[in-house]
Order: sequence, then structure tokens, then C-alpha cells
Amino acid sequence: MSTENSSALDINDGHHDDHDHKPKGITRWLYTTNHKDIGTLYLLFALLMLFIGGSLAMVIRAELFQPGLQFVDPHFFNQMTTVHGLVMVFGAIMPAFVGLANWMVPMMIGAPDMALPRMNNWSFWILPFSFFILLSTLFMEGGGPAAGWTFYAPLSTTYSNDSTAFFVFSVHLLGISSIMGAMNVIVTIFNLRAPGMTWMKMPLFVWTWLITAFLLIAVMPVLAGTVTMVLTDKYFGTSFFNAAGGGDPVLFQHIFWFFGHPEVYIMILPAFGIVSSIIPTFARKPLFGYESMVIATASIAFLSFIVWAHHMFTTGMPVAAELFFMYTTMLIAVPTGVKVFNWVATMWRGSMTFETPMMFAVAFIVLFTIGGLSGLMLAIIPADFQYQDTYFVVAHFHYVLVTGALFGIISGVYFWIPKWTGVMYSERLGQWHFWCSLISVNMLFFPMHFVGLAGMPRRIPDYALQFADMNAFISIGGALFGLSQLIFVWCVVRCMRRKGEKASTQVWEGAHGLEWEIPSPAPYHTFQTPPNVK
Amino acid sequence: MVSHRLLVRKLVLICIAMFGFGFALVPLYDVFCRYTGINGKTENTAAPASRRIDESRDISVEFLANRDAGIPWSFAPEITRISVHPGQVKIVNFLVENLSGAATIGRAVPSVSPGEAARYFKKIECFCFVEQPLDAHQAKAMPVQFYIDPDLPSHFTTITLSYRLYNNTPQTVGR
Repeated sequence: MSTENSSALDINDGHHDDHDHKPKGITRWLYTTNHKDIGTLYLLFALLMLFIGGSLAMVIRAELFQPGLQFVDPHFFNQMTTVHGLVMVFGAIMPAFVGLANWMVPMMIGAPDMALPRMNNWSFWILPFSFFILLSTLFMEGGGPAAGWTFYAPLSTTYSNDSTAFFVFSVHLLGISSIMGAMNVIVTIFNLRAPGMTWMKMPLFVWTWLITAFLLIAVMPVLAGTVTMVLTDKYFGTSFFNAAGGGDPVLFQHIFWFFGHPEVYIMILPAFGIVSSIIPTFARKPLFGYESMVIATASIAFLSFIVWAHHMFTTGMPVAAELFFMYTTMLIAVPTGVKVFNWVATMWRGSMTFETPMMFAVAFIVLFTIGGLSGLMLAIIPADFQYQDTYFVVAHFHYVLVTGALFGIISGVYFWIPKWTGVMYSERLGQWHFWCSLISVNMLFFPMHFVGLAGMPRRIPDYALQFADMNAFISIGGALFGLSQLIFVWCVVRCMRRKGEKASTQVWEGAHGLEWEIPSPAPYHTFQTPPNVK
Repeated sequence: MVSHRLLVRKLVLICIAMFGFGFALVPLYDVFCRYTGINGKTENTAAPASRRIDESRDISVEFLANRDAGIPWSFAPEITRISVHPGQVKIVNFLVENLSGAATIGRAVPSVSPGEAARYFKKIECFCFVEQPLDAHQAKAMPVQFYIDPDLPSHFTTITLSYRLYNNTPQTVGR
């Protein structure tokens, strides 16, 4: 294997001693324009944010362990739900995907680096400042934002404190970061594909990220506009969302969800791409229905722009509008169903093995589908009137975001970490991580369906006594899920310290693609001379 | 080396356009709501008098009044429910009293529920068309003169007219 590596390296890389041009110390990370360094920074930042967001969730679960008020007052509880949501969405899931894109997209399409490396450095280094600003509000007088991650007006305007200004500025910063990251991905994929890497030869992870990047470019500016309106409504006397001045609070929800619904697909499409890389590898079969996967992804992206009002069925919309949004929402199940079908068909009669990435990918398919089905239930207007603002909604979006997006990211990390670090993760620890996560995550989120259907409202620090046992069980599941992620950290740290079996170039027996033709660990500079894709 | 400049420029333009689109949604929303009449917003100008009266059916009209926390007035309709024939003109008074010791300007914002009925709710005269100044401790009956358009679809039997009163005294705006 190793002789193959070095010959491949000689062809691909003019100056193949990858240690030569790597600056040392902290400035390497501050000034870096290398896509692999920036990818690593993004991923580590996302991991840190996952634990910060997780700690906030633990405060929520501690308070909800028993009925009544035990640990925190309701205002602080609201800050926890708000900042937990913001940190997880913008700090953990999205940066993790950008990190994976940074690492994998250039290597998958045979590019030497991202197209705009300096902008790449900027888009990462803005993020820590953005989250420093957001998290610092928690320690200020009056506390952090408490209007929910959706910051509905007038909660975020009339009834908020001055943390709103910090919140708005932090969202502006992370929006700029996301937009720059997305531009980089688009320009890289458009301009830097290796000769022969035609559109329909691109790995599905590249395709899903390209579509995601366009979604980001289209809706992050709308989010920036929304928070700007909140800012001017609160501080500069405008009345976008204030009925007293001729505005309309429902307008806020329309503008927010015009951003918000594409946003939820931003957080899942790259995971589709990851799973579409992993399933064929461990089934040792090519992906079933590649073209239909690309078309389905594009259709989901298109449909995501015309479904936003299904978040607002109870605001008093006319029946015609509700029906329109119900049908478009249900229509999304069709391309999503195509994808699930294709993954299952890929596994059908494959020579499957169940290493950790495959375990997470299979769990992704099953559990994401559960989240998708509860989404369909929520799309049914009369049912939604009952489900609105209950724990059923919380269960739904945690199934798609935790067992969907997060499981996708984790499986991607296990899948590619041998390529990044050059050593295999510990399979035994990985399996422990998987089974602990799988069991605890279902203890955590599955009962939420039942308490939600029974009428437990979300974002409330207290609840009726009949929900007590379920909530205690959920909180225990939450704590176990949090602890299980420490196994993941252990796995990652072991690999980063190069402890483990040396990984081969191909790493996985069934792996195909350009990233599996460069040595492990991937040299600092890859594809200085573009490879020829047959 | 491929030049990325053209593509980057296009992408930046898309971003700026979408930022603008976010703000454009504000007037678009108003235009859309006015065109389709689905927001429960009534016309803020006087409607012409009714042409005919449809005595074959009765519509129950309910009145709601509530006030923003920022205005120190009491605010209530004189009567909470009346029955009208479509086309029949009615006058209903809303009673306000300034409970504070300072002159205050109020502004009432109307809303009709169900929203689709808003365009059939015709106001000939309404206190909500203009600002309402009240001196300290002054009380007043503010009239709304209206009729229900006889073209109102038959499935509407009850219409609710709701007002929310806001403080529009100059120094309190934008607080």
C-alpha cells in the first residue's frame, strides 16, 4: 500500500515533502489559508460549540427533571432555550458542515485548495468573535436574549432587553461568515474542478454542498435583513413589526421563516451528501440512482422556498393559503422519499460491513425518517393546531437535527478522520460511542413525542404533574447522550495524537473517489497538479 | 489559473439583492394582503354609502377593544354585539377616558376577523382614520359608522371588529 502512496504522491505533488511549508505555532492557525487547516479549525470550533450548546440543554433538562421550579427562574430558562438553539444551529451544525466542506470538497474534485483562501481564513475567524459576543450576553445584567432562537417580534423588540443589540450584531457577523464560506464553496466547485470532473461525476457530498451554498447565499442576507429590522424597531423608531406604527408582527414570522425554512435544509442537505458517500462504501456497491439523488436534492432546495408558512398555521391564515403550504410541504416528502429509497436500494444485496461510520449512517436513515414522518404529521393543518408549540415539535426537529444532521456529521468524521490524521480511530470506542448515543438519544427524544401529543408546551420551565415520569426519563436520556459524546471526543483526540493503527491510502475497502487516492494523512498540499479524472 | 472575479461579483450581487429582497418583503406583504384581503386589515379611508340592504339575513357583528400597555386610557365598546342586515348602516360608540394627568394622543388600529371578511366591512366614518387627542382626564365617545357589504359570501355569519389602542404622543414614539 505504501509504495502505491508515494508514487501517487509524486505525480500529484511537485514538492511532496508536506512538512516543508507548514508554519509553526499559533500564527499557523491565525494566518492560515490552507483549506485543511481551516477545515480543522471549523470542526474543532463546532465540537466546542456542541458542548457549550449541550451544557445549556443540560440546564434545561435539569430544570425539567421534576415539575415546579428548582434551579433557574423562568427568564433564565428562556435564555437557555434561546441560546441553546442559536449555538447549536449556527455554532455547531453549520460550522461543522463548513469544516467538512473545507476538508473534503477540494480533495473530492481534485482542487489544490479552496478558490478564495484568504476569504476562507476570514470566514472562520469571524465566528469565534460572533459567538463570544452572543455568549457574553449571558453574563450581563438582565441576561442574554430570551425570545427563542426564532426571536419573534414583539418578544425580541418591545419585550427584550439590551442584549438584543449584541444578539443582532452577532447574527450579522455569523451571517457574513456563512455567506463567505458559501461563496468559497461555489467558486471552488465552479472553477477548480479537475479536468474530466464533469458535473455529473461529482461526488454527492459536493453536489449537496453546492446546492446548500446557493441556499445560504439566498437566505442568509434575508436573515441579516430581519435582524436589522428588529434592531431598528427596537432602537431607531421604525415600525416594521409594530402595529402601533402601521407595522405587523405577523410580517416578522413571514420574513423569518422565509429564511428559516431553507435554513433547515441547509442543515440537512450536506448530511445527505455524507451518508450518500458512506452507504456505497460499506455496501461495496455504487450509489443507487445517482442522477435521481442530484435531482431530488435540487427539488428539495427549490421546494424549501415555498413552504415557510407551515410554521405559522395558527397565526390565522386563510384556508387557501394553509392548503397551499400544506400541499407544498407534503410534496417535499417525495424527493426525500426518493433519497431514502436510493440509500436502501444501495444497501440491497450489498456486501455490507458495519464499521462505526456505517452504523451512524444507517441510524441516520432510520431516525431521520422518523423525524421526517413527524414532520409530515405537523404539515397536516388540523393536526398542527394541536401540535403547535408542544414537545411534539421539539421531538420532530431534534430527530432531524440531532439524529439527522449531527449523526450525519459524526459518521462523516469517523469516515474521513483516518484520511485527516493518518490513523484509524479505535473501532471498539467508536462502537461504544454509537450504541451509547443511539440508546440515549432515543431515550431523550422519543418520549417527547408522547408528552407533546398529551399537551406539554415547549419553552416553559414547569409542567403539569402527569408529565413528571416521562420528563425525568427524558432528562436521564439527555445526560447519558451528553456523556456519550465524551467517548467521541476521546476517539477524536486519540486520532489527533496519532494513536492508533496506521491508515492505508484507500482506508476503506469499498471507498472510491479522488480523496482516497492521496496518502493518509492527506499531505498539507494536495493536487498541486490537477489529477485527470477518467 | 482561472479568474474567480466574475463569479464572485455575481455571488456578491445575489447577496445584496437578497438583502434588499428581505426589506422588499415589507411592502410586498402589504400589497399582497391588500390585493387578496386576507390579513383582516380594513380600508383606512371612508367607504361610499351602501346601495342596497339585504334583509334576508342577519350578520352578528362583535366588538373588541384592547389597549397597549403604553397608553393610560380606558377603552371599551359601548355595546359588544349587534345584529345587522348586510347594507344596513350602524353607528357604534367606543368609550375612552384619559386616566392620566397629561394630554395624550391615541391611535386605534382596526382588525377584522375572519380576515377574508375584512374587505366586506365598510366604514363610512371611523375614529381610527385619524389620531385621537385627549386632554388630561377627558372622556369621549368615539363613533364608528359602518355597514356590511351585501356581497358578503353567505358562509360568514359572525364578524368581529377589534381595535387596539396605542399611544401616539410624539415623545413616546420610538421609545
